Amino acid sequence: MAAEVKAPPLRADPGAPQALVPGAMAELKPYVANDKMQQALGFPGELTDGWHERAIGRMGELLDKYRSLKVYMDACVHCGACADKCHYFIGTQDPLNMPVARQDLMRSVYRRYFTLPGRLFPKLVGARDLTKEVLDQWYSYYNQCSECRRCSVFCPYGIDTAEVTMAAKEIMDVAGLGQKYTNEILGKVHRIGNNLGLPGPALADTLEGLEEDVKEETGQDVRFPLDEKGAEVLLVTPSADFFAEPHVDSLIGYAKVFHAAGIRWTLSSHASEAGNFGLFIGNYDQLQKVALRIREAALDLGVKRIVVGECGHAWRVAYSYWNTLTGIGAGGEDPFARMLQQQLDSRYRQPTHICELTWDLIERGALTLDKDANDHRVVTFHDSCNVARASRMGDHPGGQFEIPRAIIRAVANKYVEMPRGTTREQTFCCGGGGGLLTDELLDLRVKGALPRMEALSQVASGHGVNFMATICAICKAQFTKVLPYYGFKMGMVGGVHQLVSTAIRLGPKQ
Amino acid sequence: MPTIDVNGKPYETDEEGYLVNLADWNEDVANYIAKAENVDMSQNHWEVVNFLRKYYDEYQIAPAVRVLTKAIGKQLGPEKGNSQYLYELFPYGPAKQACKIAGLPKPTGCV
Repeated sequence: MAAEVKAPPLRADPGAPQALVPGAMAELKPYVANDKMQQALGFPGELTDGWHERAIGRMGELLDKYRSLKVYMDACVHCGACADKCHYFIGTQDPLNMPVARQDLMRSVYRRYFTLPGRLFPKLVGARDLTKEVLDQWYSYYNQCSECRRCSVFCPYGIDTAEVTMAAKEIMDVAGLGQKYTNEILGKVHRIGNNLGLPGPALADTLEGLEEDVKEETGQDVRFPLDEKGAEVLLVTPSADFFAEPHVDSLIGYAKVFHAAGIRWTLSSHASEAGNFGLFIGNYDQLQKVALRIREAALDLGVKRIVVGECGHAWRVAYSYWNTLTGIGAGGEDPFARMLQQQLDSRYRQPTHICELTWDLIERGALTLDKDANDHRVVTFHDSCNVARASRMGDHPGGQFEIPRAIIRAVANKYVEMPRGTTREQTFCCGGGGGLLTDELLDLRVKGALPRMEALSQVASGHGVNFMATICAICKAQFTKVLPYYGFKMGMVGGVHQLVSTAIRLGPKQ
Repeated sequence: MPTIDVNGKPYETDEEGYLVNLADWNEDVANYIAKAENVDMSQNHWEVVNFLRKYYDEYQIAPAVRVLTKAIGKQLGPEKGNSQYLYELFPYGPAKQACKIAGLPKPTGCV
């Protein structure tokens, strides 16, 4: 590791205006994808001749295709409502991490090439040529936005900064400047089926080991089925659930819930990933290609329901985009989409979030729960950005906030909320989302976690909170890494279904 | 591509110091990488590194953390079969740091 990474001090008054440190993060750049990683996704290998024309050309196409992007370029009045809402600005004090300033990096280029005043009098209207220096600045600062959309909640015009960041990443990819972490992973999904690069036999071996572990723990034959045709449910979950801690404890939780409810389920080695980094790089073709693997697996296995595990942006993609991307749900108009439509059971939400499934079972009294088993924990809940601000659960507005909390209250006695303004639709990003969960950005990740750590610190010292539950693989990995920088234990973060796993009682009803 | 120089021989690595070619690995290279990571290789470290290489050879991926802790627990006793023990050996995280020393690619994704 390069320079020593240190957490910024917690602020005495988070509401007070912050000092600015211009250029504080100007040098921070994630590793660039090499030519093989780029070409595997159909992008130019590097910034070769013609990159400028490709970039401006793609920008024009995006402006034509997405009216929203054009509105976001034109509508901002620089009111400043978003300025202090970004966790990365709060943690770094770099003015270019104010959402408005980050968007203006693109807006100035937009004006130069796509507006009349900018073409004629660029200096008068703050229009800039897209030079290599400007592109480098884009690479630096668009890779310091986790696309969490907290700033958008406060924008009086509803400008979605994440969409601007996604467009910038797409333009850079087409120019030949891709980010290694996201683009290498997308290549692995196409080659192997998941972000980790976990091949089928390794997955099978891992699942077998989990069956042994749960048998030892509970005495019950809880299964972790793989590629079982005719199962009712296909579970797609982040591959981190197979590999990492604390993620795997939630996977065990899902398996116990299916077991207790008598639902026949399966995982798929073809679609062994819920995450979809196509969203992070704003590339529709990648988004669709990754999502189609799940449709292929569902058709192949003949399942009736598709359930999504604890992964924030996967749920956004599933809930908001699967319809038109793949025909799961409604809207897909090709023969395969229709086939899937007929195959899926219309009595259930398609897709279903694992929290919806578990909560339905709890409400029906189908699970035996021993809340006292979680008495060593005082729990709080961190809303993950993509679930909170880009999706829904259940039948009522705000279900994505209420259902995970309802599950926690059903499986644990001690639950505490973090301060208002840091949860629900105003939740702070963990600091590692949007394709930034990579080691060379650790300094940014630690700094970006500041506002969440301040909120956690309040309930930890005030109420003895020792467990922060979340329903996102990125949040879990990010907090495991950054909690120690703030003096917390890494084991303090875990999944909602980890709590379910602790409380659930298997075997014949008492 | 960056390289590291071990006993006068250059070895290709990626930006983060992971070996590019698996076949390049040997104990001297492992010791060299470990030193750069401030890890003092003991018998306990080698047990983990050797297990990782054996597992990778069979499955083309590093073992899941739980698979690793279980295997280490079986080999070295239950008091060592937990991730806390592995973090003591490899403070930057057993998955990434131990893989680097074992000459395996870095696990990617939300880990």
